[in-house]
This record gives sequence, C-alpha cells and structure tokens, in this order.
Amino acid sequence: MQASQHSYPLERYRALIWIFPLAFLGLFYFYPLLEILRVSLMAELRGAALLSVLFSEGSYFRGVLWFTIWQAAVSTVLTLLVGLPGAYLVARYRFRAKRLLYALTAIPFVMPTVVVAAGFNALLGPRGWVNLGLMHVWGLDAPPIIVMHTIWAILLAHVFYNTTIVVRLVGDFWARLDPRLGQAAVTLGADRWRAFTHITAPLLAPAVLTAAILVFIFDFTSFGVILLLGGPQFSTLEVEIYRQAINFFDLPTAAILSLLQILCTFGMTIAYTRMAVRVSRPLQLRPYKHTQRLLSGRFERILAGAIIAGLLLLLAAPLAALACRSVFKLDADRAERGVVAIGFTLNYYQELFVNRRQALFYVTPFETMAISLRNAVMTVTLSLILGGSAAWALAGRSRFARWMDPLMMLPLGTSAVTLGYGFIVAFNRSPVNLRASPLLIPLAHTLVAFPLVLRSLLPVWRSIRPQLRHAASMLGASPLRILREVDLPLVGRGAIVASAFAFTISLGEFGASSMLARPEFPTVPMAIYRHLSQPGALNYGQALALSTILMVFCGVGILAIESLRVGEVSEF
Amino acid sequence: MKHLLRLGTIIFVLLADCGSSTLTPQGPRTLSVMTHDSFAVTEDVIAAFEEDNHAQVKILMYGDAGTATNQAILNKDNQLADVFFGIDNTLLSRGLEAGIFEAYQSPLLAQIPDQFRLDPQNRALPVDFGDVCLNYDKSYFEDHNLRVPASLEDLAKPDYEGLLVVENPASSSPGLAFMLATIGHFGPDKYLDYWSDLRINKVKVVEDWETAYFSEFSGSSGQGSYPLVVSYASSPPAEIIFAENALEEAPTGSIVTPETCFRQVEFVGILIKEGTPNRDLAEAWVDFMLSIPFQEDMPLQMFVFPVNPSADLPEEFVQYAQLAEHPAFVPPDDIASMRDKWIEDWTVTVLR
Repeated sequence: MQASQHSYPLERYRALIWIFPLAFLGLFYFYPLLEILRVSLMAELRGAALLSVLFSEGSYFRGVLWFTIWQAAVSTVLTLLVGLPGAYLVARYRFRAKRLLYALTAIPFVMPTVVVAAGFNALLGPRGWVNLGLMHVWGLDAPPIIVMHTIWAILLAHVFYNTTIVVRLVGDFWARLDPRLGQAAVTLGADRWRAFTHITAPLLAPAVLTAAILVFIFDFTSFGVILLLGGPQFSTLEVEIYRQAINFFDLPTAAILSLLQILCTFGMTIAYTRMAVRVSRPLQLRPYKHTQRLLSGRFERILAGAIIAGLLLLLAAPLAALACRSVFKLDADRAERGVVAIGFTLNYYQELFVNRRQALFYVTPFETMAISLRNAVMTVTLSLILGGSAAWALAGRSRFARWMDPLMMLPLGTSAVTLGYGFIVAFNRSPVNLRASPLLIPLAHTLVAFPLVLRSLLPVWRSIRPQLRHAASMLGASPLRILREVDLPLVGRGAIVASAFAFTISLGEFGASSMLARPEFPTVPMAIYRHLSQPGALNYGQALALSTILMVFCGVGILAIESLRVGEVSEF
Repeated sequence: MKHLLRLGTIIFVLLADCGSSTLTPQGPRTLSVMTHDSFAVTEDVIAAFEEDNHAQVKILMYGDAGTATNQAILNKDNQLADVFFGIDNTLLSRGLEAGIFEAYQSPLLAQIPDQFRLDPQNRALPVDFGDVCLNYDKSYFEDHNLRVPASLEDLAKPDYEGLLVVENPASSSPGLAFMLATIGHFGPDKYLDYWSDLRINKVKVVEDWETAYFSEFSGSSGQGSYPLVVSYASSPPAEIIFAENALEEAPTGSIVTPETCFRQVEFVGILIKEGTPNRDLAEAWVDFMLSIPFQEDMPLQMFVFPVNPSADLPEEFVQYAQLAEHPAFVPPDDIASMRDKWIEDWTVTVLR
C-alpha cells in the first residue's frame, strides 16, 4: 500500500498530463485544419465531387500522386543502399572517427532546403565546382554534367537528407544484436552469406523497415527539394498543394490534396509507431562491448575506409562546396563588365552589412539572426513543455497511448504550406487572433518540431526503471527528492538532445515561415531566399554567406546532440 | 519541473514582450503599403510625402506580384496594411472578386487615359504600365549570322531550336503575360498547338524571371546559354543604366513587332480594413502615386512607364526604352474567367 503510493509521485496524474499535448494539438493543429476544410470545402459543398474529378482516370493529379509515391519509393531504396553499409560499420566496429562520422551524417538532416539547394548548385550546377573543373580540364564551352533540374537531383538530395536515419536507427539496433547468433550458424556449417540471410537479416528486418517507413514519410512530403532542385517539371503532392494555394489560389483543391496527404501519412505513422515499439523492445540486446571490435586486417580497414570516404563524399561535399563558394568570387557582379577579378574574397560577408540601395526594408544579418534565435528559443521552450508531457503520457503504454502515438506524429507529415495557410485562416480573427503576434511563427515551428522532440524524449522516459525509484525510496528519499535526484538528471540529458532538435528545426524551417512571417521580420532562411531570388553574383554570394553562417549554427547544435546522446538505443 | 515551467513562462513573456513593443506606433501616424519585391522609389520622393502628411510610410514587400496579391486576399479579415500596390491586369479579377479593395474616386483620375482604367468602379486605380516582350542577345545573333526572330511563329522554326527560355506562367507574372500574348495572337483554341511546337523546339521553362534573365539568358551578366528570353521592353535601357562602364549601346534588344508583346498595367487600391483608421492617409497615398513626382520617379526605379501622360520621361528612357505599337490583346473578362484553366492546360502541354 505504502509502496504503491511511494512508487512514483506523479504516476496518478499520468492521465491528466495528456491535457497539455492534446490541448496544444487540438488548438494549433486540428482547429486550423478544420478551419481550412470549413472555409474551402463546406463553402463550396464540393469536397467529394472534387476528389473524384481530381483523381479520375488519366487525370493530372493521378500523375502527381503516382510520381509522389514513385520518387519516394526509389529515394527510400537508394537511401537504404547508401545507409546500410554505414550502419554495419558503426554497429560492428569501434574506431576513432565514429563520433565525427555520426555528427557528419546528422548535419544534412537539419539543414534547410534553401541551403542544401544552394550547396548542390555550388557543387553540381552548371557553374558549380565539378562542371567548372571539367570544363577547364577538357577545354569545354558548356557544362558536361547536367544534374540540376533532373530526377537525379531529387534522388540525390533525398539520399543526402535521410541517410542519417538509416545509419542511426539500423546501426543502433544492429549494434546490440548478439553476433554469437550468426557465429553459431557458421559453426554449424552455414556459409557467411547464408548466416546473414537466415539469421541476421530477419532479426534486422524490423529496424530496417522502421527506418524505411520514416525515410519514405520524409520523401513523400518533400517540398523544397522538389521545387528548388527538381524545377518546374516535377510535382509532388506537397508541391502541388503549394502551387494550387499560392499560384492558382484554388484553396478547395489545395485543401483536398492536404487532406489526402494527411491520410496517407497517418497510415504510415501508424505503421511506424507500431514498428518502433518492436525495435525498442527487441529479443535480447547485448551491450556494445560484446558486439563491437576494433578494425583488424587490411580488408576490413579498406572496407571501412571506403564506406567512410563514400559517406563523406556524398554528405559533406555539397556543404563544403557551399562554404567554399561563399568566399570565392567566380562571376561578375550585376552589370559588372569587362575583366572580372576572380579569387578569394570576404566581400560577400562584408556586403551583408551594407544597405546598397538605401532600401526601406533592409534588415542586417544581426537582426535576422536575432529574429531567428528568438523564434528558436521560444520553440525550444514550447516544444520541451509539450513534448515532455506527451512523452511521459505515452510512456504509459496503455491502449489509449497506442492510438495517441501515431496521432502525435501527424504534424510530421503535414504540408508546411497547409500549416501556414491553416494558421492564417484560423488565427486571423477572434476568438484566437494571433495574426500580429510574435508567437505565431514559434507556434508553427513547435508543431513541426514536436514529433521529433517527442521521439527523442520517449525512450528516455521509458528507460527510467522503477527499481531505481524503489531503491531511492527504500533508502528514505521523499517523492520530490526522487524526482529531483533520479528522474530529472536522466531526463535532463534527453531534454538537451530534444532542445537541440527543436532549435535547429526552428532555425531552418522555411515553408510555414514564408507564409506567416511579416516581411519586416524575416528569419534567416527567408533572408537567404530573398538574396537568392534577387539578380546578380553579389546577391548570390551573400545568400551563400548567410547559408554558411546558418550551417555553422546548425552544426554546433547537432554536435551538442552528439556529445550528449543518452542511452544506447535511440528512436528518431 | 515547476521551476522549469515558471522559468520558461518568464522567458517566454519577456521574449514575446520585446517582440511586440517594437510594433507600437509612436509619434507620426504610420501608413503601411503592401507590395511586391520589385517595388522601388527614391528616398527623397517618399520623404516629401511623409513630411506633407506628417506620416511615416512602411513598405511591406511580400514576394512577387502573385504571392503578394494572394497574401492580401488571405489576410482579408485582418489586413496588415492600408494600401496595396502591384496587382496587375492579369490578376486584377482575383483581387476584385475577393473584395479586398475599397473604391476611391481620386481627383487625379481625370488625367489618366481611359484605356488604363480597367475597373469602372475605381477600386483599383492604374499607376504604371509596361510591355512584356522577347529580349535577345545582340552579339549572339551577330556572331551566328542569325536573323532576329520577328514573330511568334519564328520561334517554332528549326533555326531557333534550343534558344528560348521562358518563365512558368503559373508562378511568374511575365511568364503569364507571355502566355497571354500567345493566346491573343493564336487564339484560345490554337495556343496549345503552338506551345507543343515550342516544346519540340526545346523551349526551356524556369520558375521566375530572375532565373530566366540572370541565370539562363546569355545577354545579361549571368552569361547563361539562351540568347532569347521573355522579359520587358524596358530591360535593355536597364542594362545601360546599371552598366559600370558607360556603354554606347545596350548589349540586348527587345523585339516589339506586332502581337509578340503583352501590355501589363499595375494598380493600387485601398485595402478594406476594420474601422479604416487611416482612410484619409491611404487616399493621400493613392493621389501621391498618380501625381507627377512619383510618376516621374518610377521609370528609373521600376522600369515601367507612367500612366499619367503629363509626367516627363527621363532621357535614358526616351532614348532606349521601347513600347510595342500593337501588343497582343486578350479581353480582361476572358482573362478573369479563363486564366486558371489556360495555365493548367499549358502546364499539361509544356511541362508534363
């Protein structure tokens, strides 16, 4: 009796804690969605009719849906192909560069698409390093490699973004599988390939599948990559929502497409959360020291070297190209004629601080950084409170929690444009008038960051063992003291990881911000986009300089995550 | 946890507070003008307006013309600005149908020719106009001994294969204007046939004017690989004015032969706002945009022609800027009712 009371002071309130995340999602996710539906569909009473027309035989939108699924599937397969060798390497071997490799694979994941697009352009574009080099070596007039604005650019960028998911999810799981199972099979006469396909592969399958579903969700809802790297001839559901809403102003069609996309993602998140539970409770996990060993022999060293070099080439090259380009002048400035001096320059960084046209809307980079940082701090605060309470509530593993889990993940697959548009429709007037509030963007960012914050905190909550609390209480600690000295230190580190996620997501978020931000308070990605969409090499250089600054900020954030990783199994 | 929560709340309130305090107006009244990214005006001209009206003007730039228009419509119930400038004749109907503008009979309207006054109720008042035309890279055509195309039909001929870059009409206003020029010339039934010929002739489509002109076009500083681009008839004088070393002659030219161009007219309108606290100031701003000082400032700032015939054109403009004598014409009512359908059909024909 006494023991159960002491077991955990907050346990009784687990059901009550649902109020925070549910109220937040209700007000800032479901209410705007319902408003979109009400405004655009009920007003015209043509929802169902529209859907059947949109997706009739051979229609344009069927093509879009097909392309969305197709490119996501191909991207996912390619990402697995690139990521699995990396996962194998980090799972089975100990080597010095491992932590760095982890951080490097993670940086792309949080980079804003505007920056990534600029990076790919600087590397592979018609005036990118590779083409310039080849033109110089072979004495060509035209760039020999055309990747930009083709399907290859899209696939490449998706692999670039999501490889880290495979390396981490599969790698972490693989690292804790008992290698003796495979060894036993070999002892019994199976060759290594047979041991792999019959023993290791089936055991790995849930982790691979979990990673694949998550990668698929990200590719399915991809927006910036398609728009900026694919060009006008490609369209996914997400891009089409944007085009219908922004270009054609056909809000009913945009609303129907959003709804369809949400339904698709909901199905996938259900699958994902079910698989994730299986991965976090696998058969028999072994600690790292039993499963990993040092690289030995020439073959293993060469293999490891090749895998690391391949990953570096794919993941670091575009970012490095971007940074190099920001300090290197190649083209003439706008209307600059005659001989152009090319070479190293810090001009683009200096120029950020100059208001050339005496423009009335000019905002210094310090100001945009301040705006972005303010948004980020608010996002971190909000998403920690909400994600923390949601994670604690979900850790209960009740039947209710099983259904809430995929629901909480929904914002992950919702179009940023839909979110932004929903906010405008819903919060533009009473009862909740937030249109001019500085909270509007942090709220939207919190919605985007929430699923990932939840995913980072959940395993931590789940890992807190009741035995620890029992032990503390047996030794005479009061419930509050248990909370302070047992739970909070454990959760604290998880909270830092989650904060870093929320922080970098807020810094890089572009889609919703571009719909909601007031032009006099631009965020850093918006300032980058503004420079990119203005003519001339000088503006281009400034965009790259700002991107590099943002990249450094995100990199610092992700290194903070790496140095504070909690526990050995992580969920994404 | 409680402490954390309290700390969070305090930080939050502080941050939220420092954000909102910058929004509170003090001193002179503020007039907010919502517009697109290409808006530009000389500082002195706007300072004169501010002084005369004891007001401060805040310019809010919301992306390109289409995006800015949509934002104004989306924010219909809670406008952030008093005036909107930059809706053009290709999108005018969208704004008028959404009912975002309040009618205003400016006394200066009497000076403006009827051909520009497309809204009889004067909810949207014309400010400037310009022609969207094909531009060509002079040196390319000289070097290759190639005749500059003189008609839309020419562009579909094998001689001009792979030479033209255009903007996507769904996302770009000159792109839309050029598509309308082809509709005006070939008719709504035939324009798609023409575009499939252009597609066979390897026309390049990009999202916006900046990319087309500064990245793909060979005549600009970007040194792209396409010597023909959809741009403005006033682009060649801009090349001269922005040149670092004085140029004798523009490196590019615009093609202004009959029915190859489309005329864009830009409008200003007073946004409907609850209580209309700034109505008098908004009216003063509209009058100001139609008045001589602003009309004479526009050409070299935004490279457009003034609608007020009494405004004198700057010398560079008189010398280099061209206007099409017979731009292609599409009735405004047809644009209003068919625009989106035309764009969708175009997308299927050219991009898919």
